[in-house]
Amino acid sequence: MEEITLLIDGREVKGKQGQTIIEVARENGINIPSLCYHPSVSKTGACRICLVRVNNRMLRPACVEPAINGMTVVTEDEDIVSMRKWILELLLSDGDHNCLYCDADGDCELQSLVKRYGVQEPRKDEPKRDRTVDNESSRGIKRNEYRCILCQRCVKACREIQVSNVWGFSERGFETRLIADDDQKIGESNCVLCGQCVQLCPTGALTYQTVLGRGANWELTKESSICIYCGVGCKIDFYKNREGMLVKSLGNYEGPNNGHLCVKGRFGFDFVQSPKRLSKPLIKRNGAFEEATWDEALNLVADKFAGIKAKNGPDSIAALSSAKCTNEENYLMQKFMRAVIGTNNVDHCARL
Amino acid sequence: MTNSIREIPSSAGFLVIGSNTTENHPVMGSMIKNAVINNGKKLIVVDPREIELSRYADYYFQIKPGTNIAILNGFMHVLIKEGLYDKTFVETRTEGLQELAKALEKYTPEYVAGICGLDNPEDIRKAARLMAELKPMALYYSMGITQFVSGVNGVKSTANLQMLLGNMGVPGGGVNPLRGQNNVQGACDMGALPVSYPAYQPVANEENKAKFEKAWGVNGLSVKPGLTIVEMFNAAIGGQLKAVYAMGENPVMSDPNQHHIIEALKSLEFLVVQDIFLTETAQYADVVLPSCAFLEKQGTASNTERRVQPMHKVLPPWGDARDDWWIISQIANRMGAKWDYKKSEDIFEEIRKVTPSYAGITYERIEKELIQWPCPTTDHPGTQYLHKDRFSRGLGLFTAIDYTPPAEGTDDEYPMILTTGRILEHFHTGTMSRNSRILDELVPEGFVQINPNDASNYNIADNEVISVSSRRGSIRIKAKITDKPKPNVVFIPFHFYEAAANVLTNDALDPACKIPEYKVCSCRIEKIA
Repeated sequence: MEEITLLIDGREVKGKQGQTIIEVARENGINIPSLCYHPSVSKTGACRICLVRVNNRMLRPACVEPAINGMTVVTEDEDIVSMRKWILELLLSDGDHNCLYCDADGDCELQSLVKRYGVQEPRKDEPKRDRTVDNESSRGIKRNEYRCILCQRCVKACREIQVSNVWGFSERGFETRLIADDDQKIGESNCVLCGQCVQLCPTGALTYQTVLGRGANWELTKESSICIYCGVGCKIDFYKNREGMLVKSLGNYEGPNNGHLCVKGRFGFDFVQSPKRLSKPLIKRNGAFEEATWDEALNLVADKFAGIKAKNGPDSIAALSSAKCTNEENYLMQKFMRAVIGTNNVDHCARL
Repeated sequence: MTNSIREIPSSAGFLVIGSNTTENHPVMGSMIKNAVINNGKKLIVVDPREIELSRYADYYFQIKPGTNIAILNGFMHVLIKEGLYDKTFVETRTEGLQELAKALEKYTPEYVAGICGLDNPEDIRKAARLMAELKPMALYYSMGITQFVSGVNGVKSTANLQMLLGNMGVPGGGVNPLRGQNNVQGACDMGALPVSYPAYQPVANEENKAKFEKAWGVNGLSVKPGLTIVEMFNAAIGGQLKAVYAMGENPVMSDPNQHHIIEALKSLEFLVVQDIFLTETAQYADVVLPSCAFLEKQGTASNTERRVQPMHKVLPPWGDARDDWWIISQIANRMGAKWDYKKSEDIFEEIRKVTPSYAGITYERIEKELIQWPCPTTDHPGTQYLHKDRFSRGLGLFTAIDYTPPAEGTDDEYPMILTTGRILEHFHTGTMSRNSRILDELVPEGFVQINPNDASNYNIADNEVISVSSRRGSIRIKAKITDKPKPNVVFIPFHFYEAAANVLTNDALDPACKIPEYKVCSCRIEKIA
């Protein structure tokens, strides 16, 4: 694709033909605020928070406006700031955005913008309407429409990423609202709990059931790893709280999954911190397991293997390695069987 | 996979055969759905059960379990008969077409429809014609191709078809087995197989023996191929096998013919189980060693597209649990080895030396780069798709393959066909997913899917607990009446120990690769009350 040059906030930056202004800006480390725009779904152009001044004349939404060679872009000036403030005030007035009671507190794009633009309070005289709150019906996802800004990210996540088409809009204009299937509760809809809508939701309108009571967002730390379930190898950001408990998992955009996860990748990891986990070596004595020290257990295993090998030959011992273990561990298991025991009796569940 | 996940958008269409992708590889299932539903790509699905993907398919073939080879031969028969195959590719890149064509002669769509239990043979013609137009078409399969006594032939048939269509060695094409475990690809690459050292270097080869003796500083490595899992348990019952060291495997739940496996475990002199839970298998152990779960480990895993990815330590070890590599090293050293691995990277550096396809991969590189093996040197970018310009043997070899029926046929006593598999919310033997609250709550118990016709014939109500029996055993399980399976076919997911499908499954093996025939055995359903 052809390279183009733009002047953004007085800085010369490179982009490619076909990109929009926001894409070129973000690739060059220039942060134009956005709410409905998300790089993993198609562009909506609904919220207008990304308005920028193009060629010193009109204001255009940066998320959908094509970047053109030689274009001059100003991402923030007095008019733009007051426009963004006004949009934020309207968004706030039309819902109930009380951060104190919101799971997204500290991890909310609307909250960040409200703070960034110093919005003091919502407009008071705007009309209100009753909205849906559904904290119960789904085991994985909670919904509070009072926090919804109709950005459509959830609709697009469900249509373009998970491709289940559960979320959609009903009604028009001020009455527009988000519905699941033909206005079902989430738990009764065709939702398969991939949770991608929650991952993309810029506010607390959609949140995970598992998060509440597990610490504030700014207390969480994250580390990435690879999902333990199927062979797709989804890269996941795991979040844990100050006590070390896992709180949530979000799809990482650098993995083969492009940020997406399934219900197991989203909600299937509390087994790691299950009280049923084995925590001590066990040796069976008189038909019952007894806790042992590592030295006792390891010595017993080594002695038994050595004894059986001496008596019956190396081929009387076999090992099951594991498709749940790392490459390093599988390598070591086959090396152990071949080089230490002296047999090729090593296999794993590849066929099972 | 010969090709890569990120190539899905560049395929013109897909043949999905023996893979319930949206349930078993959901993220890839969604990518395929996106290509088909939102981007107009074509889809052909072959599966004994109606699955989500079959709803979006241009052609869907609900075949009798165990008849993949017949329908693949049927598609190829049409491609050859009507001259629709990729002649340039076949002439320049392959050999053996004549033998294949001869074997395919009798596989007319009508003959195939008879074997597969299909009503409309003409659709086989139409689907084959569509395939010929799809440049390129990607073929995805999973255990629905392999878990048969004819599993190896099933795989070869998928390769025959894709070579005939010229879909090999091009982005967006390929033969793409979807691996069912996060590191089953890596475990195979690392030589956790009875016949090969790392990188599939055969053990029955003096040169490889010498190479690994030198690399490991040992003498007398065995050139005799070892036993596969199912063979191990047969040898245990036969008395030749005395001890088993099971790391992170749960054969009581995952292996076919559960009664037989339990008998085998009981006849062992010594069983060590190294796992994160006291699994069904660990109950039979003499020693149980607690290991770290994946989030407590550092290391690498190789996904279904051969991509080697870093796993990071997210949590500290649980209780007194230890890394699996540490435990293995400790046992080895107590048996006289002098291993001195201090961290997983030390092991990976050794892997690079003896595994040519991994030689160019380093911990540092995979933190920043997307690398798929083969990657022979540190300046090699890795390999996005295999068989570009040439196959590893030179020309691609067509194999003439005849359809052969499953090991067990139905009869008056066991008149129905049982097929098994996984569901979206659970995984394999349930050790992980059933210990995860939300997943467990979503699907707390096992079930058998029964067609409404069969349910009415046997007077079975939805959610009624019934008995399902095979020649190997019997279980009680809740009936779910659904038209997903055809009449006379029932499906049971194998995650649930209370109603374990593998009490029933057949441990007949493919003669070449020793995979058990989980996907088809005969059974009987009965009302209990």
